[in-house]
Parts: sequence; structure tokens; C-alpha cells
Amino acid sequence: MGEEKEKKGFFGRLVAGLAKTRDSISSGLSNVFSAFSSIDDEFYDELEETLIMADIGIKATMDIMDNLKEKVKEQKIKDPADCKQLLMDSIVEQMEVPEDAYDFEKKSSVVLVIGVNGVGKTTTIGKMAGHFKDEGKRVLVAAADTFRAGAIDQLAEWTNRAGVELISQSEGSDPAAVIFDAVSAAKSRRADILLCDTAGRLHNKKNLMEELRKINKIIDREYPDAFRETLIVLDGTTGQNALAQAKQFCEVAEITGIVITKLDGTAKGGIAVAIQKELSIPVKYIGVGEHIDDLQRFDPRAFVEALFSDEGTDSSDSEN
Amino acid sequence: MAFEGLSEKLQNVFKNLKGKGRLSEEDVKVAMREVKMALLEADVNFKVVKTFISNVQERAVGQDVLNSLTPGQMVIKIVNEELTKLMGDETTEITLKPGNEITTIMMCGLQGAGKTTMAAKLAGKFKSKGRKPLLVACDIYRPAAIEQLRINAGKVGVDFFQMGTDHAPVDIVKAALEHAKSNNENVVIIDTAGRLHIDEEMMQELIVVKESVNIDHTVLTVDSMTGQDAVNVAETFNSKLEITGVILTKLDGDTRGGAALSIKQVTGKPILYIGTGEKMDDIEQFYPDRMASRILGMGDILTLIDKAEAAYSDEKARELEKKIRKAEFDFNDYLEQINNMKNMGGLSKILDMLPGMGIGGMNMKNVDLSAGEDSMKQMETIINSMTKEERANPDLLNPSRKNRIAKGAGVDIADVNRMVKQFGETRKMMKQMSGMFGGKGKKGKFKMPFSF
Repeated sequence: MGEEKEKKGFFGRLVAGLAKTRDSISSGLSNVFSAFSSIDDEFYDELEETLIMADIGIKATMDIMDNLKEKVKEQKIKDPADCKQLLMDSIVEQMEVPEDAYDFEKKSSVVLVIGVNGVGKTTTIGKMAGHFKDEGKRVLVAAADTFRAGAIDQLAEWTNRAGVELISQSEGSDPAAVIFDAVSAAKSRRADILLCDTAGRLHNKKNLMEELRKINKIIDREYPDAFRETLIVLDGTTGQNALAQAKQFCEVAEITGIVITKLDGTAKGGIAVAIQKELSIPVKYIGVGEHIDDLQRFDPRAFVEALFSDEGTDSSDSEN
Repeated sequence: MAFEGLSEKLQNVFKNLKGKGRLSEEDVKVAMREVKMALLEADVNFKVVKTFISNVQERAVGQDVLNSLTPGQMVIKIVNEELTKLMGDETTEITLKPGNEITTIMMCGLQGAGKTTMAAKLAGKFKSKGRKPLLVACDIYRPAAIEQLRINAGKVGVDFFQMGTDHAPVDIVKAALEHAKSNNENVVIIDTAGRLHIDEEMMQELIVVKESVNIDHTVLTVDSMTGQDAVNVAETFNSKLEITGVILTKLDGDTRGGAALSIKQVTGKPILYIGTGEKMDDIEQFYPDRMASRILGMGDILTLIDKAEAAYSDEKARELEKKIRKAEFDFNDYLEQINNMKNMGGLSKILDMLPGMGIGGMNMKNVDLSAGEDSMKQMETIINSMTKEERANPDLLNPSRKNRIAKGAGVDIADVNRMVKQFGETRKMMKQMSGMFGGKGKKGKFKMPFSF
């Protein structure tokens, strides 16, 4: 999230991460594409496959392709390389992060972090706490995942590393009560940022989603002056279900941003494109590892380049 | 918001096919395009879909389809067969060594797949089978992972082994085996840290464990919501660690679970169990054929029957049958039906398993099920507020009694009236159905213990 890391971008990190792989896969998709001398059905199929393999989803892919074909006709594009560039540019444009996306970092804010089980909410909070603390902010963390065994200890370890204060109760206590306490503490201690961890919940569990609605209400009621930021954490390896998750979570809380985690593997996290398209929620951060500084601001250009890079996706033998 | 499942998709496709007397080559193509879309939307890997489609198309456009009298059914049959073939046609479980010989099971997978929770669930499962499991904490990286396993071990009531975060997993495993031996424990389940399949160093850590001690089962735990990348993950874990089986987690969500197909296809290894919730006993056997039928929209009716049978003993069924025949079905029986439904996992789980829930106006998934479950709870409360006599003899109920019941249950009298009316209809329907209960033999044993 710092300047330097931003420049390096996660594409750089992904490529660096590939040093881990024993056998390097050399034939990039760009090579596959350069083999095309004209824009034909086969070329379009290849592009389509790339998008689907990146988890963008069949529906969003079809939309993107239709749009692309139209533009190619309009602009009389003949070169496959130009066509691919056009496609990439349009996705970059769509994924552009609004200027005010990080306003909460500068205000007295409450950041609620939500998502299904195992996506990396607690780890994301740990990284954020460390980062904001380094920037000299007064950070407070609320342990409202009172359900999962060991969740509070896990967060305590992270806050310990970051050197920030944790507001918690015992396992099994009411998460809404933890939030209530944390909000009062944030107000009385004039914290710059209150980060709220919540229990992972599958979006189709109605009672758990109601609990989230309640937590949300408590923050609104008890701390109306706070700048509200609600981040949904999505696992980068998740497929089409991530869209369903985002939709359902939108019903109980006003989501202001997306965090995509685990992008240091071979998954591309393309579903974020479909989510952005449908719900207009910007991706704000990405997680690329387990270290405290492995959380970065989202860079649309690097993200799209990674979507189209072939490393790890093994597309070279896709002709079957 | 409609989340059309793969089964619904395919059903809609085949509904159109059924409308025609004969099936042309073009029809098959149209159907296959829909099947392809549905599979991709279900996160089945692109390449797996390609292979699948071409296999089915090859078979479907053959003469056996075109000569068949019901071409639509024939296509369903072929798609089902190919899908079942892909899923594997046998149920596989983790086999434990006989007697006191130690069976070692090592969990592995990406971060957040659910290894720690699943390790404890497995331990609980084996314990209930009379084994003595030991849970071993080898996730020395994630903060509080050891603590999480310790707590879950306590929940399922099995022994737990840890050496903190300063020892290499291979040393922890060796010491754990000694511990198991001296404590007569015969199933050793090793929880490991989540790791990326491309992280050489971390993969090496597990390879070392496998090389140093005898690991009987290396189980890959995969989040059922995984997308296209499931193939890369499964392939890499399999090639490096020679996994013996797969466990799919978080299947209680609404994911279509296409990853199951992809993983089976690229590894050839069986899917052993599925995780279906956050409680320690939310672990189920994986049935490939049922999964395939479910994908095709035939519903997981077999699972439902299994559950119904477990919740409902033969003896009780016979008793109820007699009552229905004599139209003696009363509130006590009604209450029991409600309890049986609860034992089967509640309304939503039952509906999930029923076929044809996604067609046209019958889209039950969009219905707010918790409302149904709430009303079941209310029925229970109302019946609990009745006297013994009233429960045994529903005809006793008059307005003054109903008033008293309403007060006792804390509901409106209208709710009581509605419940009584519903009960009357159920009784009537059961009487009409009683003819169906006469059958002997295995099939006749299963009685739907509830009414729709």
C-alpha cells in the first residue's frame, strides 16, 4: 500500500512469486496471440477462453466479447494485437478505482470487514492494522468473530505484531456487544480508524446475515459521525459464487469496496470484473501473501495484465 | 434474487427438448450449448467442459438417440452417464487399518479451504465409529491455528498433540506417532498449514513428512466455491504429494460446485467427504452418482431417503400407517412429524435434496424458507400448549379451547385456527394417501414423514 510497493504492483509480485515454481512455463498467452495474423473466429475464441479461464464468468465474458466485436467493427481494427489491446484497455477502464476510494484512510472511520468463511478477513485486518499504524494513525481493532475457534487469538497475534489495541470479549459472546464496546472505545480514545473483524458467514445463512445487519445498525446508531467503510473480502480463487456472495452481502450492508485475497497463487480473480460490472463496487485492495505488508492498493492495469498473462494457467495445451 | 443452479439450468434445457417428438442433430447441438454454458457457470473447468461436451455430443448425435422414442430422455441419460463417469461411480471412504494399528491421515490444501475444521470433523467421525483419534497440530505459521485445533479437538472430545511453533512439522509428526502409540490411539490426523501449490518451499515441507513417516492417506481439502483454478491446485498437489482423496468443504453454500467435476477429472482421485456446515458433525459421505443426478436436476432424492429412514424407524412407520388408515392421525403424530423434519436438517436441507424444485413457478429456492421454518416452530408451540386430551382428540377443539391455547402459546387465535385447518387438510390428505401405504417389500418401507 506504500508508494514503493504500489509501483512494484502485484503483477511484479506475481512474477516474482513464480520463481517458486520448479518448471517455468514459458509460452505466454501473448505468444499464442501473436501467432494470429488476422482477427477471425478462432482468435475471438482464444480471447474468450482466456477470459473464462480467469473466472470472469460466461455471462460477463459474452458481454465483453460482444462489446469488443462492435468496437472492432466501428474502429475498423484489423490487427489482432490492437484488438487485444483494446480489450485490455476497456477492462482497465471499467476497473478504474474512483478518486475518493481511500478517503476513509484520512478520516475518523469505522471499517467493517465482511465475507464468507476462509477468505482471509482476519489476515486482511491484521495487515491493515499494521499499515495504518505505521502511518502514525491511532488504530483500534474489534474482534467480532466470536464464533470460530481461535479467531480471537489469531487477531490478538496480528494486533500484537502491529502494536495496536484489540477490543475483544470471550469466544461465544455476542458480536454486536463487542462492536458496541469497540465503538465506544473508538469514540472515547479518538481513534482514527476502527477495524472490525467479523465471523465468516455463508451468504445464504439468513440468521447470520441478520446478525450482520444488526452490527451495521449499531455502528450507525452509536457512531453517526464516523466515516463508514464496508469492505467485502473475496477469495481470489473463488469462481462464480463470489458474485452471489457480493450480491447477498449488499443486501445487509452498504458495501463500499472489495478486497481480493490470495492473488499470489495461479488464480486470476477475474470474477471481480463481473462483480464490478454488475454492482459497481470498486476493488480497493488485493492480498498477495501472508506477511504484514502483503496488502496493496488495487492497480487495474497490473490486474488486467495478470489476467492475460499465461503463467500458471497452462493454456499452451488448450487445443483439445 | 434467483440463483439458478446447474440442475435448474439443465432441466430448463431438457424441458424444451421434451416438447418435441423427435430430436434432430440441431437439437442436440442447442442442448449441448446450454449444457456447456451451465457447466461453465457452475465453475467446471473450461477444458473439462470441452472434453465433456464433445463426448456427450458424439454419443448423443448417434443413432441410438435418434431412433429412441423419447429423445429428450435419452439425452438426459447420456449426459447423466457421462457426468457420473466423470464423478467416478463408486463411493469411497478413508479406510482405517484394523485393530490397534495406527492409520495416518495428512490434511493439505490452500489457505482458508477449511482443513483445521475438517480435521476435527474427521476425528469426531472416527471417534463415533469407536476409534481413538489423535489430532496433530502442524500449522506452525498461521496465528492461533494450533489454538483453533485444540478447541475443536475439545469439542469432538479427542486427544490433541502440539509442540508449539518452533519445531518442523516432520518432527512434530514423529513425536505425535510416539504419543499415539503409548496412548493406544489408532487414527492420527495431521493438520497442516495452508499453502499455495506453487510455493516450492512449503510443498517441500509436506514432501519431507511423507518421506520420513508412513502416511496412509494424504487428503486434499478444497473449497467447493473454487473457480477455474481448482484444476491447477489439484493437479499440483497431486503430482507433488500423490494425494489419495479429496474433501470438499462449504457445500452448504449455494455454490454449484463445478470444482468437484474438475478435480475428479484431473486427479482421478476420489472425493471422500463433504463439509456441509460449521457444526462438528456437519460432515457427510460423498456420493458421486447422487451428485451427478443432483446436477441433472433429479435431485438428491437418495440422500433424502437415507436421512428420512434414519430419522424414522420402521416400527414408528408401521404405527403411523395404522393410524392413518383408521384416520386416527392426531396432534401428537403431527408434532412428531415436525420433529422428524427437524432431525433431517430442516426445511431448506430437505428442499435442496428434492428434484424439480427449480422449474417455472416451482422455484422453491426463491421462497423464503426461514418463514416456513418459523411457521413450523409456531405449530410446535401451539401443539405444546394443548392438553393431552386435545392432542389425542383434535375434534375436541372449540372456540374457547382455541382461545386458551392461543394465550398459552402467545399467538393470535387466527394462528391457532390456521394451524388446526392445516392439520385437518393434512389428515384428509393422509387418509386419501393411505391406499399407497399398503405395499410390502423394501420400497414400501419408506414413508414420506411429512406433507407438502
